[in-house]
Amino acid sequence: MSSSLAIQRENIRKLFPDTFKQARKSRLRGQIIFFLVLVYLIVGFFTLDVVDIPKKWKPQNAAMFVLDTYAHKDHVTMKWENHEDIKIAFEGNYRSVYGRDNLDKSIPDWFYKNSDNVGNVVEFNNKGKAILYKDKVEIVNFPKYERDFTIKLNSNGKPYLVGSEDLVIEDLKGFRITENRVEFRPTLYERIQVYPKKVEIHRYSIGWKYFWFDFSSPLEPYSFFEALGLTFSKERVVPEMSNLKLFLTEIKDNEAFMHGRVWWAMLETIVMAVLGTMFATVMALPLSFLAAYNVTPIKALRFTLRRLFDTLRGIDFLIWSLIFLRAFGPGPFTGIFAIGFTDTGTLGKLYSEAIENTEKKQQEGVQSTGASKFLQHRFGIIPQILPIFVSQSLYYLESNTRGAVIIGAMGAGGIGLQFLGALGTGNDFENVAYMAILVLAVVIFMDRLSAWLRRILIGSDQLIVR
Amino acid sequence: MAKALPANLEQIEVNLKKLTNQRTRSSLLGIAILILIFFGGTLVSLEANAGSFGRGIANFFNYPRDLFVDTFEMGWKYWPRVIKYIPELIITLNIALFSTSIGFILAIIFAIFSSRNLIRNKRVIQFTKFLMDVTRSFPTLIIAMVFLYLMGKSSLPAVIAITIHTAGALGKLFTEAIENCDGKPIEGLSSVGATWTQKIRFSVLPQVLPLFLSYGILRLEINVRESTILGFVGAGGIGEMLAALIQWNYGADVLACMFLLVGTIIALDYLSAYWRHKLIGANQ
Repeated sequence: MSSSLAIQRENIRKLFPDTFKQARKSRLRGQIIFFLVLVYLIVGFFTLDVVDIPKKWKPQNAAMFVLDTYAHKDHVTMKWENHEDIKIAFEGNYRSVYGRDNLDKSIPDWFYKNSDNVGNVVEFNNKGKAILYKDKVEIVNFPKYERDFTIKLNSNGKPYLVGSEDLVIEDLKGFRITENRVEFRPTLYERIQVYPKKVEIHRYSIGWKYFWFDFSSPLEPYSFFEALGLTFSKERVVPEMSNLKLFLTEIKDNEAFMHGRVWWAMLETIVMAVLGTMFATVMALPLSFLAAYNVTPIKALRFTLRRLFDTLRGIDFLIWSLIFLRAFGPGPFTGIFAIGFTDTGTLGKLYSEAIENTEKKQQEGVQSTGASKFLQHRFGIIPQILPIFVSQSLYYLESNTRGAVIIGAMGAGGIGLQFLGALGTGNDFENVAYMAILVLAVVIFMDRLSAWLRRILIGSDQLIVR
Repeated sequence: MAKALPANLEQIEVNLKKLTNQRTRSSLLGIAILILIFFGGTLVSLEANAGSFGRGIANFFNYPRDLFVDTFEMGWKYWPRVIKYIPELIITLNIALFSTSIGFILAIIFAIFSSRNLIRNKRVIQFTKFLMDVTRSFPTLIIAMVFLYLMGKSSLPAVIAITIHTAGALGKLFTEAIENCDGKPIEGLSSVGATWTQKIRFSVLPQVLPLFLSYGILRLEINVRESTILGFVGAGGIGEMLAALIQWNYGADVLACMFLLVGTIIALDYLSAYWRHKLIGANQ
């Protein structure tokens, strides 16, 4: 059976030698191309230092970054010289201190006096406790640790772990001991640091605290929906203004998440994208007619316009925004014109190609009724290209939203600059995450919006290219 | 019959009038919305802009003129300067080409797992589609900034960011290409008992590869622009050089970098149009 198959194959090979030769040739070409790509990828791996990723990737940094995007922490600080003066502050911020009398902010319930009435207890979310005494810190009740620990200061005023000589390495995991510091960090969520001068405890919890109302807001005790309910009640929370106004201003002026500023920046970015696209469409519409050979008979004009489109497009919006940044200063105008100029080139090229691809018969039909040139274009060409125009412009709206974020980050303002600012502070990563999610949501929204508009305006949500 | 016609005509005329009215009304509504957006946007811009609009228009040509004057004063010594920045340009091109290649491969994997005619499991398709939506929607700049912060200054964040974005963006286009391809070759291979991988290798891939390559070349062109921009925020290459030169106010050098960039982009524009034309024939 198999031998007869082989004979048949030989016969076919003899009958069509050219086909087989060609097939082998193209297969060989494919293999060579594949090999070259492989070589390039290997070269790229080394020239771009991709091999260094494990070296550059600091898991500790990344873990802290990720932790801070979804969790918040409270700092508890005790100075050794005055052990009763314990400060509890949200994110260590000196303006967000619990129990400070003028704010009427009660001490959180995870901080209390120990049963012996001497020590102060900080209870973590995993039921582990750190007990602060006048001369020592006790670490008790941590899950997965069978024994308790005590950290004291020695005669030189340096912190040390009591009895650490007797402990095996297994028991010491989670500890980091240097000359001036003893740190205990069993998981990412608990951190106890003892210094010669003070004890600092970080207690992490999951979630964005103070997302709606910040630490010092009068509405802070209420949840979002409770506060929303309060806006319907007549009793004023603060005498100066109505509850609704208070509700809105407190959200807007939130110090932690800066909703007012972030949303305004987002609006700026959207304005850049929308007005930029509008500007480009309005500019490209007449120019594209002048650049199409079936409308404009003058060859020199067509050539000039084509090169103009190429130049506008070739000078990337990066360079346009640099030029406009000098002229208009930071602000949406820079973005609008940078996007507008680049896309005048892009849309002008696409539009003029669409015009050239129109069906000639419709125009001839209009011509046969004795219509003027203008009317021929109005009724012979425009109805054909309008769907393409709308489709292209809406398609660019979405990518321009992303472009506007980038132009903003290069100095034009808007959400891009806010994002850079939050990242630059090095500890407001929850704001970084908030803005990233916001940008993501807006871009996806613009994508859906442009698809929806395309569907109701021209009946198809795909990009039409002809 | 002859009597019924005028009545019908009347009906038609009434309907036509109704339709025209409706169209006019929706057109007017659309134009009103556009005008509203325009004025609203202008108000926001005027409020948010640091400098005034009028002064901006007046100053528009100042900066380009300064650059050209600076360049003109240098005379023939200018050209070695331009050549000096070519290595930086090559770094930028390398970032773009490398990340496009990796993104291209990832996109093929994404596309295979999100095509309805290759995968039966709905959950897998939904998950891959969601993944592509997310990776595509993040501006590269945001991913790059986060990685720049975590890994320090190098080209790697740019490579990672562009790769991620490319995988999502190309993946979506590839999915459409696979779903629109002819089903008969797949059926033919099924009939001779081909395995799943064989079906993909011998029936799907030959159909879609030219289209894939064409999209890939288009992406490469976009990614060269992207990698320049990422250089601007610290990922190396000609973008970073340009940012530094602008800060130092070296007019002639700024213009040299700009020339190199614009030249590269225009050349790539033509090259990609030519390649794509060769690959898929008609101008798609």
